[in-house]
Amino acid sequence: MTRRYSALSLFKEGLAGQKGWEPAWRSPEPKKTYDAIVIGGGGHGLATAYYLAKNHGITNVALLEKGWIGGGNTGRNTTVVRSNYYYPESVAIYDLAHRLYEGLSADLNYNVMLSQRGMVFLAHSINEMEITARTVNAMQINGIDAEIFSVDDVRRVAPLLNFAPDARFPILGGGWQGRAGTARHDAVAWGYARGASRLGVDIIQNCEITDFIIEGGRCRGVHTTRGTIRADRIGMAVAGHSSVLAAKAGFRLPVNSYALQACVSEPVKPILDTVVLSPGTGVYVSQSDKGEIVIGGALDRVPSYGQRGNLPVLEGVIAGLLEMFPTFAQLKLMRQWAGIVDVVPDSSPIIGESPLPNLFINCGWGTGGFKAIPAGGTLLAHLLATGKHHDISRPFDLARFASGRLLDEAAGSGIAH
Amino acid sequence: MQLFTCPFCGPRDETEFHFGGEAGNLRPDGADVTADRWASYLYMRDNPKGATREIWVHMNCGEFFVMERDTVNHKVETSIALDSAEHA
Amino acid sequence: MTASRLSSGGSAIDRSRPISFSFDGRTVQGFEGDTIASALLAADVAVVGRSFKYHRPRGIWGAGVEEPNALVDVAGSVRATPNTRATTEPALAGLVAKSVNATPNAAADRNAFIDRFSRFIPAAFYYKTFMWPDWHLFEPRIRAVAGLGKVDPDWKSPGPADQINRHCDVLVVGAGPAGLAAAKLAAGAGKSVILVDDQPLLGGSLLHRDAEIDGKPAAAWVDGTVAEIEGAGHLVLSSTTAFGIYDHNLIALNQRHHDGRPDTLWRVRPRQIVLATGAIERPLPFANNDLPRIMSADAALAYLRRYAVLIGRRIVVATNNDSAYEVAGALATAGADVTLVEMRKNALPAAPSGVKLLAGRALVSARGGMRVEGVTLDDGTSLAADSVVVSGGWTPTVHLFCQARGKLAWDETRAAFLPGDPVEGISVAGALNGAVALSDVFSSAAKATSAIGETKAVAPRSTGAEAIGGVLAAWPIPSAKGRVWIDYQNDVTAKDVELAARENFVSVEHLKRYTTLGMATDQGKTSNLAGLALMANITGRTVPEVGTTTYRPPFTPVPLASFAGALGGELMSPVRRLPLENVHRANGAVFQEYGGWLRPAHYGGAGADADRTIQDEARRARQSVALFDGSTLGKIEVMGPKAAEFVDFIYYNTMSTLKPGRCRYGFMLSENGVVFDDGILVRLDENRFVVSCSTSHVASVHARLEEWRQDRFGRGAVYIHNATSEMATLTVSGPNSKKLLEALDLGLSLDDAELPHMAIGEGRFGEDAVRIARVSFTGDRSYEVSIRADRAEPLWARMQETGKALDAVTIGLEALMILRAEKGYIVIGKDTDGTTLPHDLGVDGPRTKRKNEYVGRRSLFTDVAMQESRLQFVGLSVAEGEPPLATGTHAIAKGGGKLRSQGFVTSSYHSPTLGRPIALALIERGASRHGETIDLQHLGMLRHATITGPCAFDPSGERLNA
Ligand SMILES: Cc1cc2nc3c(=O)[nH]c(=O)nc-3n(C[C@H](O)[C@H](O)[C@H](O)COP(=O)(O)OP(=O)(O)OC[C@H]3O[C@@H](n4cnc5c(N)ncnc54)[C@H](O)[C@@H]3O)c2cc1C
Ligand SMILES: [Zn+2]
Repeated sequence: MTRRYSALSLFKEGLAGQKGWEPAWRSPEPKKTYDAIVIGGGGHGLATAYYLAKNHGITNVALLEKGWIGGGNTGRNTTVVRSNYYYPESVAIYDLAHRLYEGLSADLNYNVMLSQRGMVFLAHSINEMEITARTVNAMQINGIDAEIFSVDDVRRVAPLLNFAPDARFPILGGGWQGRAGTARHDAVAWGYARGASRLGVDIIQNCEITDFIIEGGRCRGVHTTRGTIRADRIGMAVAGHSSVLAAKAGFRLPVNSYALQACVSEPVKPILDTVVLSPGTGVYVSQSDKGEIVIGGALDRVPSYGQRGNLPVLEGVIAGLLEMFPTFAQLKLMRQWAGIVDVVPDSSPIIGESPLPNLFINCGWGTGGFKAIPAGGTLLAHLLATGKHHDISRPFDLARFASGRLLDEAAGSGIAH
Repeated sequence: MQLFTCPFCGPRDETEFHFGGEAGNLRPDGADVTADRWASYLYMRDNPKGATREIWVHMNCGEFFVMERDTVNHKVETSIALDSAEHA
Repeated sequence: MTASRLSSGGSAIDRSRPISFSFDGRTVQGFEGDTIASALLAADVAVVGRSFKYHRPRGIWGAGVEEPNALVDVAGSVRATPNTRATTEPALAGLVAKSVNATPNAAADRNAFIDRFSRFIPAAFYYKTFMWPDWHLFEPRIRAVAGLGKVDPDWKSPGPADQINRHCDVLVVGAGPAGLAAAKLAAGAGKSVILVDDQPLLGGSLLHRDAEIDGKPAAAWVDGTVAEIEGAGHLVLSSTTAFGIYDHNLIALNQRHHDGRPDTLWRVRPRQIVLATGAIERPLPFANNDLPRIMSADAALAYLRRYAVLIGRRIVVATNNDSAYEVAGALATAGADVTLVEMRKNALPAAPSGVKLLAGRALVSARGGMRVEGVTLDDGTSLAADSVVVSGGWTPTVHLFCQARGKLAWDETRAAFLPGDPVEGISVAGALNGAVALSDVFSSAAKATSAIGETKAVAPRSTGAEAIGGVLAAWPIPSAKGRVWIDYQNDVTAKDVELAARENFVSVEHLKRYTTLGMATDQGKTSNLAGLALMANITGRTVPEVGTTTYRPPFTPVPLASFAGALGGELMSPVRRLPLENVHRANGAVFQEYGGWLRPAHYGGAGADADRTIQDEARRARQSVALFDGSTLGKIEVMGPKAAEFVDFIYYNTMSTLKPGRCRYGFMLSENGVVFDDGILVRLDENRFVVSCSTSHVASVHARLEEWRQDRFGRGAVYIHNATSEMATLTVSGPNSKKLLEALDLGLSLDDAELPHMAIGEGRFGEDAVRIARVSFTGDRSYEVSIRADRAEPLWARMQETGKALDAVTIGLEALMILRAEKGYIVIGKDTDGTTLPHDLGVDGPRTKRKNEYVGRRSLFTDVAMQESRLQFVGLSVAEGEPPLATGTHAIAKGGGKLRSQGFVTSSYHSPTLGRPIALALIERGASRHGETIDLQHLGMLRHATITGPCAFDPSGERLNA
């Protein structure tokens, strides 16, 4: 059996018909008890399981996923990875993630295709240039690579943008993070799954949590579609479904679930080498390695668990894209989809103890948690292993809603996603 | 494109409406409301998967109303004017 | 020559109208009515493109939307479009087609060598390598060989695409026999009908399959039925694909015009949808089944009968079902030497005359390079062939049904997923529902329309020989020899599916993502089922246990331009315009967008030095009198018996104590305590107020007022009317403002005793009532004169005229921003952010004193609201001779070797009146740090400034009454 991935093993396997690869992860039957349970086989759940084993040596862990791993938002997102946030608390968490991403392929021995092609945030007015200056300064102070771009700089990285001075959203310049880019979403999920499985974690798919076992006021396990599984430490990372599980555990969360849509064009030869976001249109776009133009935009306006695309939002997003890149009007839409994202009033994640003892939560990443997966996993694993916050996760505790200590990036910098 | 029914104007495209929050989220008055109670009013939500009861506003006529619908299959059950709804 | 155009026949082509176009640089002849694909076949072009990954030579597989291989970039006489399906694109004269993913062309592709390394780069190989030192290093090379067509960077839009909304009773998708029958029956029931079909010609399978209906040949019946439906006023759209069923059964159509016009997007809301989308033929699994000139049997028949193209001389027809017999017979009749290789042994239809039948035999491999040369059968027999046509059975086109959340049911005898339990508002008919014989097709159409209502139309009857539908499932099997291709475009083989299974990617969605099966531009129309059947076999599950992936719109790719429609340019997000815009333009105003409004930034014309002009305007405004168009200010009337109570609740400041005829400045908060808007409230009389909110917040303030009114006060208690656009507001400010206004003779006393600061008066200008509010955003004596928007022009002209003697200056918004900043007046959203509470701005009175309830109150007492280290509103002054600070500069503090932001500059200008820079900022504990000099940083540059109060000019406010 070939375990290790490398050009050489690929070559050797090639000579042998690629028949020797071992499963990327095991699919064992669930045991009756574990030291810890992680609910949700998205990136955050899988990374939590991996870091529990890797950082804390806790390997008797079950990861329970109701469908197939990576099938939630982790497998539906537009894969932008960046860390140019405004508040120091946010910077700490996204920078941790970004740095872990930079070493992730090597750590997991799985190419997650981190492509640090840079990202430009356009500014369309003098006011937006001022806000860009404010955010870029904040980032520099926080030790994040960020620059102000002139129009010519923008032209250099994305020449097909609409630079007409009379455009509806004229381009005056923008902000730039060179270390930003994209990563392959499926690979992140599968790489963590493979890493966790090898360290002993049981990855159990088609296993939906239907209820919690609550004894003596503490969470002691879960009822699932594959039987009852017990553990005294339970973490949940179920994104858009957080409220559903919270209701079963007897509490409410400051979460609204909405569909966030994305779409891709048919693949074409390289025409866009960077990630571009326009605050005017709310659209952000990149080109995948396969050549598809990957397009994301505004959140849907109707709360939903429907997980499907619709026309009105798509039309607005595509109109915005063509406003930015008029020549893309010759392309065709190939696929449209949606994920159910967990929108929190201050658009910052919630990490910490839940009101039900023994149950810990990681949610609220909303439209932007792919880039945070390594950090979300590290921090939830830390909580599960130690029962205490990591310094970086403390500001993101659920308690912030009562204290008013919100971390609203949009309020601070005017940038979401 | 979903069709929502404004109790005043009839069925219209979803784009004419704006979500106003979950019905029944009563506002506690006073400066001495507990922090938790206030946070609960401001931020905590049922966010149900399935049947839900919500406040919506039809932006074209400005009327707020209660709508009962399903957040999974998007089926709309009823729209009721605020006056007649016990949205309390 | 193997493929050729026959000398007669071809129902779709017009031989009197020859055309020519170019493909990969060579001229191709054809006839009007040809598709690019049919003309290429007639010209015997075998290789039309290269596959995505291995750059394998590929030929035309199908004759419709399912085509995985024949993609071309088109340009020339038509609009440039990459990745166009040659099988559905008409061959227009002068069109220039270029194969995709091939350099320099499909026949001789430089990257063809990649195929030789294919065993080292199986499905998902990229996850296993390219990790060191860094993926981004390899990425550009990989990207360059991936991708299909090319975008033309110089492409110019032909103008917006049309979008059409329609309602109808019944929308029928598919104009084959089932759809035509359903449309006819629905029309006969008195319903309004729309019938759409993605082909340029209506008839579906009847365009090339033998049939006799109501005693007529199929073609005649089709023509008659279409004429009947159209004649009754119903809408029939050809070249129109229903590509998506969205919420509440909104169905989206993509209509192609082929005359240079962009595609039209139709959004149709039918009461009932009848899906008659037919079925798509599947390939058969054998090694090298992707060679050029291995083609769908049904497509071969379509090319023969519609385009009179005989695809070969020595043809092997391979099948596992009955539908290929007609094809074999027709090809033989047309003159080809045909061998029919039939997998099944028993209960076979009779072999067509002239066809050699080999029953109980299957293909195991094909041979050839740039085109197929022969096949080997499972008994070792080798057959030479210049073409192989295959039918692996039929996959019902369930995509739309599934998009509408329909569930599928597996039908073992048909070896296919059929629509399962019905979906509300949607019925299914024809081959989609598994019907094969024409009489079954017609009865399914009758059933599909039975709930629509009693019909006067007579259901059509099949009067000829009927097709039968026997099929023996033929799926790829594990460990087969050679490369059995499943997804042609994305180069997925049976071995890749086996690899996925081996590595535990056994869920159908994992299979798809790991191997990219079904993710190409054809969305796996020919490949999905074979892939998941193989996965079922390997993992010991049944096909329905494996299940299908989600069907996502669009069914076929749709131009982006179609979705955008006219929603571009200014319509993208229309700017609001001043009633006096043209007057200002004539006056040399330079416009900019502020908060959604187009407003004069400054005057003096586009050629003027903006900075100097602005400085000049701001300086002169303080000297004598300034005129300013403030029409964008919100004017929302609040009236009713509880109006006073209402404004008390809405505002942070107590407003009910305001006397009629007076104004008061106040904040509105959000429920989270954050200052949402500021402005003047005017009390007209006991029960009537005017909320003057800031320009960019008019809509949101109005919405908020309505919400509280309806939620908390009730309809009878308060009434709200947004009068913003009804009135223009012209502002006169400066020491001489009163003098100017008096000269206008507005019929009211401007005496300070009668019209003091923060009071209003009513007057007249000619016939029109004017309201004068003595409020100030400049710190100078000011008057806001409001008048009917359509009568503002003469008043403005009079002001300008009168102002001449006073050396009046007309100022734009930029100068106003300087004037207000000199006074330390805030602009919400600029000098505040989404965390600013009222006491951060120095307004703490209401928080500590008010006893009654108001919006946001409780949020002003949270831990964070009471925290000492809050950012507070201050002024900043820099050392003499230094330039202004940049807006967005941060105040910094050092601690533990790290920098920390202590707030930031929100507004910064050079003040011409003070002759020095001024700045406003939000600084940590700023209010208690006046006089302190702090460090600031902008783009790495260090500066210093001293914290001051926000007001830099006339702090005692004397000029308000000067
Ligand atoms: C269209 C779109 C574009 C996006 N673009 C970006 C981007 O560019 N950059 C970025 O950083 N972020 C982006 N995001 C956000 C990002 O995808 C998410 O924040 C992130 O993937 C969340 O990961 P997760 O592991 O928390 O959730 P998920 O990946 O959604 O995983 C949650 C898992 O929990 C499972 N689950 C739910 N309920 C149960 C139950 N009862 N029992 C068992 N399992 C359960 C679900 O099946 C799911 O697999 C985007 C999101 C979407 C939808
Ligand atoms: Zn209405």
